[in-house]
Amino acid sequence: MTVETVIYAGLLYVAFVVLVGGLVYRVTLYALTPAPLRIPTMPAPRTRRGIAARMAREIMLFASLFRGDKWAWIWSYLFHMSLLLVLLQHLRYVLVPVPAWVRIISPWGSDAAFVLVVALAGLLGRRLLIARVRFITAPSDYLMLVLLLVIAVTGTLMRFVDRVNIVGFKAFILGVMALKLHALPFAPLIMVHVALVAALMLIFPFSKLLHAPGILFSPTRNQVDNSRLEAQGVGEPREVAAPVAAPQVSPRQL
Amino acid sequence: MSEAIAPPVGDYVPVPRLREGAMRDVKSFKASANHQSALGFPETLVNDWRERAVQRLGELVEGSRALRVYLDSCVKCGACTDKCHYFLGTGDPRNMPVARQDLLRRVYRRYFTWAGRWLPWLVGATDLTEDVLDAWYTYYHQCSQCRRCSVFCPLGIDTAEISMAAREILDCVGVGQKYCNEIIGKVHKIGNNLGLPEPALRNTLDGLEEDVRDQTGVDVRFPLDVVGAEVLLITPSADFFAEPHIDGLIGYAKVFHQAGISWTLSSEASEAANFAMFIGSYAQMVKVAQRVRAAALALGVKRIVVGECGHAWRVAYAFWGTLIGPLDFLDPRYPRPQHICEVTEGLIARGALKLDPSANDDKIVTFHDSCNVARATRMGDRPGGQLAIPRAVIRSVCAHFVDMDPATIGDRTFCCGGGGGLLTDDLLALRVQGALPRMQALTAAVAEHQVTHMAAICAICKSQFSKVLPYYGLPRDMVVSVHQLVGDAIVLGAKE
Repeated sequence: MTVETVIYAGLLYVAFVVLVGGLVYRVTLYALTPAPLRIPTMPAPRTRRGIAARMAREIMLFASLFRGDKWAWIWSYLFHMSLLLVLLQHLRYVLVPVPAWVRIISPWGSDAAFVLVVALAGLLGRRLLIARVRFITAPSDYLMLVLLLVIAVTGTLMRFVDRVNIVGFKAFILGVMALKLHALPFAPLIMVHVALVAALMLIFPFSKLLHAPGILFSPTRNQVDNSRLEAQGVGEPREVAAPVAAPQVSPRQL
Repeated sequence: MSEAIAPPVGDYVPVPRLREGAMRDVKSFKASANHQSALGFPETLVNDWRERAVQRLGELVEGSRALRVYLDSCVKCGACTDKCHYFLGTGDPRNMPVARQDLLRRVYRRYFTWAGRWLPWLVGATDLTEDVLDAWYTYYHQCSQCRRCSVFCPLGIDTAEISMAAREILDCVGVGQKYCNEIIGKVHKIGNNLGLPEPALRNTLDGLEEDVRDQTGVDVRFPLDVVGAEVLLITPSADFFAEPHIDGLIGYAKVFHQAGISWTLSSEASEAANFAMFIGSYAQMVKVAQRVRAAALALGVKRIVVGECGHAWRVAYAFWGTLIGPLDFLDPRYPRPQHICEVTEGLIARGALKLDPSANDDKIVTFHDSCNVARATRMGDRPGGQLAIPRAVIRSVCAHFVDMDPATIGDRTFCCGGGGGLLTDDLLALRVQGALPRMQALTAAVAEHQVTHMAAICAICKSQFSKVLPYYGLPRDMVVSVHQLVGDAIVLGAKE
């Protein structure tokens, strides 16, 4: 058992606990925080089903961003979709047996890695080149893109340039998952790749990456337009805005 | 205060060059001690302002899912950066919605997040310093809370929520804005924004009755405090004497008269506006709204109808249910509350009003969607009714109607430049520059379609346009109330 094996296993355990624990904590906070006033951006759907469709358009198509900025949409959409494919493709490194559908999408996942790199470069380019975007960018915004870019590039290199001992690595990962450590094959590329992924997992619940669960709780998008107490007698039955507890107004010192 | 200068209208150059600090010195007057104390806010900057501000921020975040999610979620994609009329008009990058939000978000990160506490330089977190407080005051009073940016945000982040929270924090440490706080004080003390006491209001309404009688020979009533009326009309107090608002009020009265609906105004609730929304004070918003409920109950009305006022319709439509609801004492056969345009459109649709659109034949009319109506409310049963119904009303009373550039109307409409508690002369420079996108679209419509009038359904829009149109070489009386067009086209007495 090498030192790297122990360090990497430990890192992955910590990263997993922080990611899951942090997200559960954050999402619980979002869910428990009151939203007393109705603030959907209108025109908004009048039914839960309509809201499901609106949220689906936002999450699967980035509909608002498409209206707002076509270039940002292109880079961002390519980034998220290729990341999704790459992540699904990675299931083959953690599942035994590898499900048929993962085998089927696997080649797409590999191709998507190139798109991922290009899209990240596009996002980084926007951030650097457009004065307005540069103005609002903090060091962490650059760093996150660079982090993702290095992860994507190391991953691509491993697959297409310097193929690593993926079988040995899978044994290590399965060992980690089964709480029975197997030796981590020594390969710098994969070690960089995995360490940075762990870093990303650690950052996730403390950063703007929270936009992923955040959008689900965005009142301007997920609230039904039902605030007016209507009783027209005909048409579909409507939910009535339930009286909600007002947010606490602290007593003010006079 | 810098002098107000209209930027050149020019072609559509949608995105200006960044002019850092361009609007740094454009500041709204601060509330005086008595304006502050009337609302229960500290009279001047308190000694422990930093602690109190941070504490209040924490309380607000705990009480508002929107605020919590939005402070966490911004990815700095930049989609909003060219959407704010104040940025487009001034070029000050702090007027880009995300940069405006960041003034608060940086402080939130510093005091409430792990990353901001330990690595502030990395995540752009900053201490709450006097400079930051000053920047909050400046730039959160350069936001009209019109929510145009939220339309384009991939996460639905609503800058208005953040701007309201910032103003609430400022109030709580003793740095209020004169314009809003003085007005809210007047509402509590006298009953309306303009400080028009009951006898003066009655006098004004009597005068209007005479005017209309002289003009038309018909006895159109402007009732006040009539117990047992069917409809309580809640309208912005500007409708009682400002131009062109007052012609809208005459229009409402003619509609009610002609439809045979008994109605009344209330001297207790002689104001639809609820500026407490602008300052983000939930407690004040309840207090101001409560007058309406009390007046409706005291007068025993069956319906509440809201006049032409953008943010008031937002508060009424979207917030009354939470603030003063349920309004279950009102007649369930009608929307509770109902917008005057819904009333008029319904009457027109069933032929209850005789109209002569030729009365408006001298006009080519376009319509300015008011931000709060378009993006925060609805009219009628269908999503988007708030856009369709006012247009339907205009088309029935006016033969010549054209829309402005589609990118500047509907839910993408540009703020007039005076909303959100900024309709004050100490911010005239901002108001004139912020009106630029709307003026560009209007100027294009004038050139292309010879538009002569722009109708609106918001008291703030009407006042703002009356003021800024001349800066852009357009006549101030171009802006009209939708119900002025209606009132002019109604054939009175035709049904009897």
